[in-house]
Amino acid sequence: MIQTLFGSTEEKKTGLFERMKQAVTRTRENLAERIEEVVSFGKEIDRNTLDDLEATLISADLGSTTTQEVLGKLRDKADRKQIKDVQELKRLLKEELLAILNAANTTPVQRVSGTPEVILVVGVNGTGKTTTIGKLSQVFRAQGKSVLLCAADTFRAAAIDQLEIWGKRTGTEVIKTKPGGDPSAVLFDALQAATARKTDYVIVDTAGRLHTKTSLMSELDKMRRTAQRIIPGAPHETLLVMDATTGQNGLQQARQFTQSAGVTGIVLSKLDGTAKGGVVVAISRELGLPVRFVGVGEKVGDLLPFDPKEFVDSLFE
Amino acid sequence: MFENLQEKLQRAFKSLRGQARLSEENIAEALREIRLALLEADVNFKVVKELIDRIQAKAVGQEVLTALSPGEQVIKIVRDELVETLGKDTARMKFASQPPTVVLMAGLQGSGKTTTSGKLAHWFKAGGHRPLLVSVDVYRPAAREQLKVVAQAVKAQIYEGEVGEANTATVERLVKEARREAIVSGCDVLIVDTAGRLHIDDELMNEMQSLKKLLNPSEILFVADAMTGQDAVRSADEFHKKLSLTGVVLTKMDGDARGGAALSIRQVTGQPIKFIGVGEKYDALEPFHPDRIVSRILGMGDILSLIERAESQIDKKKAEEMATKALTGAGFSLEDFRDQLRQVKKMGSMKSLIGMLPSIGPFSGLQKAADNVDEKQINRVEAIINSMTMHERNHHEVINGSRRKRISRGSGTTVQEVNNLLRQYAQMKKMFKQMGKPSFARRMAGMKLPGM
Repeated sequence: MIQTLFGSTEEKKTGLFERMKQAVTRTRENLAERIEEVVSFGKEIDRNTLDDLEATLISADLGSTTTQEVLGKLRDKADRKQIKDVQELKRLLKEELLAILNAANTTPVQRVSGTPEVILVVGVNGTGKTTTIGKLSQVFRAQGKSVLLCAADTFRAAAIDQLEIWGKRTGTEVIKTKPGGDPSAVLFDALQAATARKTDYVIVDTAGRLHTKTSLMSELDKMRRTAQRIIPGAPHETLLVMDATTGQNGLQQARQFTQSAGVTGIVLSKLDGTAKGGVVVAISRELGLPVRFVGVGEKVGDLLPFDPKEFVDSLFE
Repeated sequence: MFENLQEKLQRAFKSLRGQARLSEENIAEALREIRLALLEADVNFKVVKELIDRIQAKAVGQEVLTALSPGEQVIKIVRDELVETLGKDTARMKFASQPPTVVLMAGLQGSGKTTTSGKLAHWFKAGGHRPLLVSVDVYRPAAREQLKVVAQAVKAQIYEGEVGEANTATVERLVKEARREAIVSGCDVLIVDTAGRLHIDDELMNEMQSLKKLLNPSEILFVADAMTGQDAVRSADEFHKKLSLTGVVLTKMDGDARGGAALSIRQVTGQPIKFIGVGEKYDALEPFHPDRIVSRILGMGDILSLIERAESQIDKKKAEEMATKALTGAGFSLEDFRDQLRQVKKMGSMKSLIGMLPSIGPFSGLQKAADNVDEKQINRVEAIINSMTMHERNHHEVINGSRRKRISRGSGTTVQEVNNLLRQYAQMKKMFKQMGKPSFARRMAGMKLPGM
């Protein structure tokens, strides 16, 4: 199960934590700097201060609804003069954000023992699904697990070749079909093969699709039903890969993919840039979807587990 | 979802009645709402601040007009300001005096450079040019293979070359070879697809700079995802500083992103948005219309795009046939009804369609109603009609109790649902017949559409 995978590797954890901190350093410096800048306007925390703070959070892509909610609570306290200084304001803000991320639903995956765990990877075009799958299979392989990749993106030019290269890099077999083939059919083949071989994990690459395309979204539903028929409870995980540069449309993506594909978690990709990925806070708040991993580069080891506390801590250190 | 900006402004201006001029005080609340609307549309926070200042400067002191409500008046100022920011000029592609004209594609990972390269090749071909494609993305797995497939799909020439080692030297060699190939084979445009890169990746940004030096491109296009949030400003700014971009292509505009990134990118680069990508097909590249995206950014619907989409999706002849049939009372069969449902389905989800309408005036309430529309309902109705015989579809009156039972079983629905459909159909047919009568047309002509 994904969420317990990294628990066992204690010595590795600090390394990963350091790297994750690095990935969010820019975010942190930026946010901390701005809060400081904003609050040092006047000595008293007045309405204008909080208004500017609101814009600051929005500029980290948290979105206005989430920002309003978080600041609403701080505003009450500030009005009653219960918050005295910047430090306290930061601490309270951190608490609020952490509470939202912690409230995300992280029920462990249920699977019948002896059957493969099926992970369906979905998302809009260009978020990094195939790259994430390559890195994810490396994570499982490093744990000594057997993995089978399913190339169900039969639509995008050279998507299958791309997954095969990742398969070679990580020593993982890829089940594929012809470009333009039926994604459910190749999924069927992959799951049958995985069942016969008692493979631990099957990771399914799907074509990128905009969440507004109804017919493409119902294709995902069909894939889910196909999976269920072969392996009870499959897909056990459906990961939505989201680009960290995504703005408020991320919420809409999460809503629609959850509705059509039953998303169970988010992978926040491209966090090694300057983007903040704050929309995941809004997503956690509204849909209770946890962030499972963050992508911080194009190399095979550039996928890190996401820990809400570490994430928020590093934002406000 | 979010309350429409215009509604918010209307409320913000309630207190304004009876005042002659817009003043700093009486528009403060309205500006706050505008600011939030722009932020919600992912316009960068600093860009918003500048826009608000300019809007305020223009609004303050204006007389309150009688023709427009103060809310509408401010909306007009906002809209004009945004359109102006985005640039009214229709952007053209520049061509080199000495061919080949080189177009260099630049952007972050996953923004859609390769697909856009293919679309551009298609666009150049349609304009009578001979484009040559080359991919210098030697880093991402199968990236060059992807462009090859794209080139085949748009029937454009591609220079493949040999990669060898994946480094800048290879990249430089490839473009030199491709340029020679263009000259030799008489191609007048060279489109160079590059690897996606982070604007803070110095090594790869240097590579871009050396490509620029080598190629002296006529166009350096920044390909950006319409869904980009606040960070759009930083990446666009860095790319522009290092490369002096000449234009922007905004991709994935066929989704429901509000597209505030367009404003941010235009503001920091000063360069025009030349194209928008509106689909996965290679002809889905459109010129950019500032006024349309402004409506979208402000959450006021994009009626023109909706109409265009409807026009392109609906079989016009069929629709006209159907209208004549229905209005002359020549019989609007269940078969016709099903055709109509299919047309609606082709256009995409009801919600996204309704989302393109403004949520004011005659359309208010529609957005909320859309949330209650069960997309599956259309499928069920279609299934019911599919389970009827041709005779039943053309003569619904023969459908008796036992036929209803059979139809419901065949379609996996209930007899009640079949009954419902038949009842609704009968009502619709009756209504159409009335509409076809001259008296109805006269009555309609005398009526004004509310709020238009």
